[in-house]
Amino acid sequence: MTDYSQKYKMTPVVGWLLQDRGGMILLAILIAASILIPICSLLLPQSSAFHVPTWMVSLLGKYLCYALLALSVDLIWGFCGILSLGHGAFFALGGYAMGMYLMRQIGDRGVYGNPDLPDFMVFLNWTELPWYWYGFDMFWFAIVMAMFVPGLLAFVFGFLAFRSRVTGVYLSIITQAMTYALLLAFFRNDMGFGGNNGLTDFKDLLGYSLQSDGTRAGLFVASCVFLGLCYIVARGITQSRLGKVLIAIRDAESRVRFTGYRVEYYKLFVFTVSAVMAGIAGALYVPQVGIINPGEFAPALSIEIVIWVAVGGRGTLYGAVLGAFIVNYAKTFFTGVMPDFWLFFLGGLFIAVTLFLPKGVIGAVPAFGSANGQSFLSGVRKRLNAGGKA
Amino acid sequence: MSNVIANAPSNADTMTLEKEGAENGPAVMADAQRKSNRSETILYVDGVSVTFDGFRALNNLSFYVEPGELRAIIGPNGAGKTTMMDIITGKTRPDTGDVLFKSETDLTKMDEADIANLGIGRKFQKPTVFESHTVFDNLLLACSGGRGVFNALFHRLSGAEKARIDKTLTTIMLDDKRDEMAANLSHGQKQWLEIGMLLMQEPELLLVDEPVAGMTDSETEETAKLLRAIAKEYSVVVVEHDMEFVRDLDCKVTVLHEGSVLAEGRLDHVQKDPRVIEVYLGR
Ligand SMILES: Nc1ncnc2c1ncn2[C@@H]1O[C@H](COP(=O)(O)OP(=O)(O)OP(=O)(O)O)[C@@H](O)[C@H]1O
Ligand SMILES: [Mg+2]
Repeated sequence: MTDYSQKYKMTPVVGWLLQDRGGMILLAILIAASILIPICSLLLPQSSAFHVPTWMVSLLGKYLCYALLALSVDLIWGFCGILSLGHGAFFALGGYAMGMYLMRQIGDRGVYGNPDLPDFMVFLNWTELPWYWYGFDMFWFAIVMAMFVPGLLAFVFGFLAFRSRVTGVYLSIITQAMTYALLLAFFRNDMGFGGNNGLTDFKDLLGYSLQSDGTRAGLFVASCVFLGLCYIVARGITQSRLGKVLIAIRDAESRVRFTGYRVEYYKLFVFTVSAVMAGIAGALYVPQVGIINPGEFAPALSIEIVIWVAVGGRGTLYGAVLGAFIVNYAKTFFTGVMPDFWLFFLGGLFIAVTLFLPKGVIGAVPAFGSANGQSFLSGVRKRLNAGGKA
Repeated sequence: MSNVIANAPSNADTMTLEKEGAENGPAVMADAQRKSNRSETILYVDGVSVTFDGFRALNNLSFYVEPGELRAIIGPNGAGKTTMMDIITGKTRPDTGDVLFKSETDLTKMDEADIANLGIGRKFQKPTVFESHTVFDNLLLACSGGRGVFNALFHRLSGAEKARIDKTLTTIMLDDKRDEMAANLSHGQKQWLEIGMLLMQEPELLLVDEPVAGMTDSETEETAKLLRAIAKEYSVVVVEHDMEFVRDLDCKVTVLHEGSVLAEGRLDHVQKDPRVIEVYLGR
């Protein structure tokens, strides 16, 4: 293999990106999609065979947000062995930050016509905006908060958990508890986030109507861009020496400690970065689906994210993106055709993947197969044989 | 030494001490011996006891390692050898006792990472390397130098580091496995790789737990050679069951039994000790 990192000494980023075949394909697809989809949606007439309807643009945009969320989970689970079953919480917090901005944008166009207070507050007979809603009338502030709040929560949570050396299944359980606690908190009306209805009835973003085709296409492009950027950041982390330390922690944590690394700091770093990415995904998601409510904190949703990653292929980053698309497309399909079967399908899919595709769908593609050169078929054969003997 | 002098009793006191010394002379002698030991040791373990759920794994364990020394520790299964290493490297805290590095640093207050960075490297009983990294990357990760998160994020391999890794690869006889995944190494090669990782840390003291377990005879011989070479530059403590190997090391031996030192000296010497024969060698 050509050593690109030598060839591109001046631009290391280009060097390691070129070595990452799956990443190059992903970025190429994202670039192509962010050019073609808006063209097909906005410029082609509805009668054209290539016309992409707005609902599909938004659906794809939503998948992109899920893909970013899956990427953030793969970064910690695939590369550092931190199985977070609470990442939905960071996603939802990012979503709420964006939702708060969108609520303030409604201004006096709400049902009650109050220029400062969102409808649900008027309904609760509140007279003043709570202090934590200050600043959310500014877009930049909401964006910063969409990253800062999940990041801060992850930092504090991670600091306590990693310092006490909570690992494995115990960590997974407390992440579930975290998102469940937030679910209960956000359900309460007096929290000031709209209770169980959440935030909705958004009108516009930066002055552009959320209903317009142009805004939808713009949000789609933004989702592509942020997924691409976060992918590059995540790949940058994983290919660095820090990334190697993370993998070492995943495989032999105590060895890393006895080698002199402060494992808790490394975990804290990557956990926080991952939460920030989940927050960005949430912020992009809310304007495209038009609502954020406490349901996003549901523990089951956080578990689903892990399934996306497992299906796509853990520890590859692009596999997580693929997995998010596959499972969510299947979900859209099933909930349309036979909604009752979705959960059975999801469970079955998870079991099938664990048994037959331990490296996920990506691991089954020979070109992306494992570094050990084990092909998909030989893997299946091995497993079947092992099962036969057992 | 200064400690000893400062605490030295005046002449008059010495007289009385000497009189009493008729009775408890050996105790006083041992105490003085201990103090002087402490002032020139790289590792000073004194009166260490640990209890796990009522079971005394270490019982008033004391021993000292001099700078540059190669020391072998033997003892039957469950004697407390690994627990002793756990204490020294900060994995387990002792209930009582002192553990000092270079006669001054109290290791019982520090954690694993601090102790590692202080200059104490440890090889586990079960060989532990980073399986999904190449041999080269295993050594790179162990390479001494910035252990900070951001240091690691922006780290770029320097020529000096590369040279050191290559040198270590030769030392541990894994030159041709440079780009091999550590998972694909044989058991013995993993042991060597782990020793190589310790060397990359540039420690002053190496603690090596059962380095030849599961090795072929020729590998065992090579390993003895390797450790003897390493012992020329570093202080090394080796735990091992294999008597041939310990004989090959040709060094002072400490026999542990039920958490304390049973005998100490040359291998021929301890092998003649009837108590040692009874609990260990005679079986
Ligand atoms: N964390 C622990 N909890 C409970 N008991 C322990 C723990 N660690 C060690 N022990 C016990 O302490 C005793 C000493 O164990 P240790 O591993 O130090 O022995 P060893 O001399 O290294 O033996 P071996 O030659 O088998 O490696 C054993 O009886 C072991 O069961
Ligand atoms: Mg042991």
